[in-house]
Amino acid sequence: MIWIDTIIQGILLGGLYALFASGLSLVFGIMRLVNLAHGDLIVMAAYLILVLVTLLGLSPFIAVFIAMPVMFGLGWVLQRYMLNRTLGDDILPPLLVTFGLSIALQNALLEGFSADSQRLPTNALTTASVDAGPITLGVMPLLTFASAVLVIVGLNQLFYRTELGRAFRATSDDATTASLMGIKPANIFATATGIALVIVTIAALYLGLRANFDPNIGPARLIYAFEAVIIGGLGSLWGTLLGGIIIGVAQTVGAAINPEWQILAGHIAFLIVLLVRPRGLFPRAND
Amino acid sequence: MAYSVTTQTPASRVAAILGAILIIVLLALPFFAGRGTIQDMFFILTMLVLAQFWNLLAGYGGLVSIGQQAFVGMGAYALFGAVILWRLDPVLSILLAGVAALVIAVPTAFFAFRLNGAYFAIGTWVIAEVVRLLAAQWKTLGGGTGTSLPRDATRDMWFVEMIENTLGVRSAAARDILAYWLALILAIATIGGIYWLLRTRRGLALAAVRDNTEAAKSVGVDADRMKWVVFLASAFGTGLAGGLIYMQKARISPDAAFSVTDWTAYVIFIVVIGGIGTIEGPIIGVLVFFALQSLLADFGSWYLITLGVLAIVIMLVAPRGLWGLFSERTGLHLFPIRRRLTGGKLKLSEE
Repeated sequence: MIWIDTIIQGILLGGLYALFASGLSLVFGIMRLVNLAHGDLIVMAAYLILVLVTLLGLSPFIAVFIAMPVMFGLGWVLQRYMLNRTLGDDILPPLLVTFGLSIALQNALLEGFSADSQRLPTNALTTASVDAGPITLGVMPLLTFASAVLVIVGLNQLFYRTELGRAFRATSDDATTASLMGIKPANIFATATGIALVIVTIAALYLGLRANFDPNIGPARLIYAFEAVIIGGLGSLWGTLLGGIIIGVAQTVGAAINPEWQILAGHIAFLIVLLVRPRGLFPRAND
Repeated sequence: MAYSVTTQTPASRVAAILGAILIIVLLALPFFAGRGTIQDMFFILTMLVLAQFWNLLAGYGGLVSIGQQAFVGMGAYALFGAVILWRLDPVLSILLAGVAALVIAVPTAFFAFRLNGAYFAIGTWVIAEVVRLLAAQWKTLGGGTGTSLPRDATRDMWFVEMIENTLGVRSAAARDILAYWLALILAIATIGGIYWLLRTRRGLALAAVRDNTEAAKSVGVDADRMKWVVFLASAFGTGLAGGLIYMQKARISPDAAFSVTDWTAYVIFIVVIGGIGTIEGPIIGVLVFFALQSLLADFGSWYLITLGVLAIVIMLVAPRGLWGLFSERTGLHLFPIRRRLTGGKLKLSEE
């Protein structure tokens, strides 16, 4: 019974990792940009929610709706005026610029908020649990997982049902031709990063409610997100969810055997998938 | 008059003479400089070695690795393992450090080369994390908290007594001087070795792969093999540097030896600021880096914020770095690798 419980906790944890990963996947899918500052942006969004909660006395669930448009704006500006300039055939500039951003952001957070661990205030809802037969499930992990599924459904709808989604797909396939049809790739990219940062904000809410965070945990979040994306196969959002679940289950099972092995087990699961399915479980046709 | 192909330029000949003088001065430095200077120079030289190898990887090989700390840490742990478990001399163990880094570089490359371009970067980072977590499980070497080199091993290290007697310094200072000389030799060998590599047929193949992989393949360059050569060479050199750095520190812990900030972020900033894809770049970069560190050391995280922002600005405004800016304006190359046709005359009259 304890094993079933461990595995279900792992699956639900996978929801959080899928939330970390969806933004990364979205940005890569549209402009082939790997944002090394992704993890630090998640942490920054968590601090933004924390500031709103502390200053305005709001519930984190309300504060996140104020943080979302702020992060969207930040993502838009970041992409439009900085990252767009690095896009091209050479992979060095985007990597090195986002790496510089990651280090600068991490240390700016350290300067602003110190290295102390923080946590978003919890209430009755966040500590509640429901009985599902023989096992007990926390409401928060369930909510996290449900949010991940909703975000992925939402993104798929956005991609395949809306005009913006069509523009995303067209720009992703061929930015030059898309621009002939009246699409401005620079703005499309900026909007995509804005949306990615909205997802980052949702991820940050659950990150801050579930556990402590400090300015240094960004890179590890980036790594989990990246592993989920690669396991799932580039460009497949449902694959990313499955990738997150695999990492989550590997971590909880590893931790159940020996607490020191939690993180290591996740990485090893990733390496095994890389060994047997180098292109992930659900690879897109060509990338 | 016959045509000939040369890579030398007047500037490079002057640079070679000045370089030789500089090397003699640096070799003699312990005879007239204090211990603080020697330690600073050790730091500069080892960072220069790390930067040159990362530059070889990213600037010439097009392989952006964020996992160099795996090789520094592995080298350092191999050195500690050889000294503590096998009772080998630390100086000799430095070579083992390089070999150990080479050994883990093979599986690392096997996994990381499955990932393309940008994902390669994070892939190397994941593997470095795995190696760090495994090293923290190595209980004989202190597990997560780390350990120190045994006192008798550092005291009886090769050459230390000789340096003590010749220079009339105490044992601790003699160890620093020994480490400094080894770092100097490693730095000279690194720069010389990379320069030699780039001037050979292999170097030409490497440049071709970097500029256009498909075109290079079409003229018979084995691009995958070049990637392996560069990756393994840089792992070996980084491992040597890692062993040497921790021989001097004499104290190790997994978090320090596998620090992404110390062994990869700083190194990337040095190369980017100085100028990626040149041998001169990392040299300029490490000097700027050291100057900034001396200036901003008291400001804690502002130092890293400055470095991060500087790297972003340079990448956006002058992607070839400080040396690139200088070189573009003056046409100077201290380590020229471009082959030029000289001698002979073009007969324009026949047209």
